[in-house]
Amino acid sequence: MTATFLILAAITVAGTAAAMGLRNAVHCVLALTAGFAGLAGLYLYLGAQFVGFTQIMVYVGAVAILAVFAVMMTHNPGEPEEIFSRFWVWGAVIAGAVFLTLARAIRLAFAPADATPATPAPSTTVQQIGDALMHRYVLPLEIIGLLLTAALIGAVIIAMDPKDDPTLEEDAE
Amino acid sequence: MTPLEGCLLLSALLFAIGLAGTVTRRNAILVLIGIELMLNAANLNFIALWRYGPHPEALTGIMFTIFSIAVAAAEAAVGLALILAAYRHFRTTNLDRMNRLKG
Repeated sequence: MTATFLILAAITVAGTAAAMGLRNAVHCVLALTAGFAGLAGLYLYLGAQFVGFTQIMVYVGAVAILAVFAVMMTHNPGEPEEIFSRFWVWGAVIAGAVFLTLARAIRLAFAPADATPATPAPSTTVQQIGDALMHRYVLPLEIIGLLLTAALIGAVIIAMDPKDDPTLEEDAE
Repeated sequence: MTPLEGCLLLSALLFAIGLAGTVTRRNAILVLIGIELMLNAANLNFIALWRYGPHPEALTGIMFTIFSIAVAAAEAAVGLALILAAYRHFRTTNLDRMNRLKG
C-alpha cells in the first residue's frame, strides 16, 4: 500500500466512475481513457511492463478511439432526458451488493498475520514473453490471430450498409 | 492491508462500477464500455495474483492477460459494429427504445 498505488487507484476509480456516470457520451469516453491509463500505470507499478504498454496501445489507443467513433456516428435525436434506465436503483443495489460480497470475501481471505514481506518485482523481459509466446503458448497465439482476423472481417461485414453495396442489394430486397 | 489485498479490492470496485454501468445506462455504447471495465477488472486480478503469487517467473498471469486483452479488443470491435448496425435500423442507441426482436 504505497502512495503510488493509492494515486493510481484513485485515477482509475475516478476515471471509470466518471465514464459510467457522466451525461455526455463523448465525455464518458474521455473519462474512460483516463481510467484505462490509470490501469496501465497500475500494471507498470506491478511490474508487468509489457501488459502495461499493451493496455495503453489497445485500450487507450484503439478501443477508446473506436468508442468515440461509434458515439459520433450514432446521434440520438432529441438528447435523452434520462441517461439511466428506469430501474437504475435496482442496478445500483445489485452492483453495490456484488462489491460488498467480493470485498467481504477478500477481507476474510487475508488473515491479519500473513502480511507477506514485500518481494522485489519479478523481472520479466519482453524476450522472455516472446520466447513463451513462440514456444509454450504458440497454439493460443495462432488461435488469437485467427480470432482477430475473423473479428476484423465480421465487424466490417456487420457494420457495412447493404444499401451501399450494389451486389448485396438484390439479396436484401 | 497487504498490497495484494489492495489490488483485489480495487479490482472488485472496478468490477462493481462496470456492472453498475452495464445494467443502468441507456446508451448501448456505454453498456459495452461497462463490459470492457469488467474484463479489465479481471485482468487486474490476473496481474496482481501473478505479481504476489508464489511463482512469478512462470509468466502465466501475463500470458492470460495478453490473450484476454486480445479477446476484449475483438469483442469491442464486433460489439460496436453490432451497435452501428442496430442504430441504422432503429435510428437510436437508446436501449429502452430497442425493444423489438423482429425489426
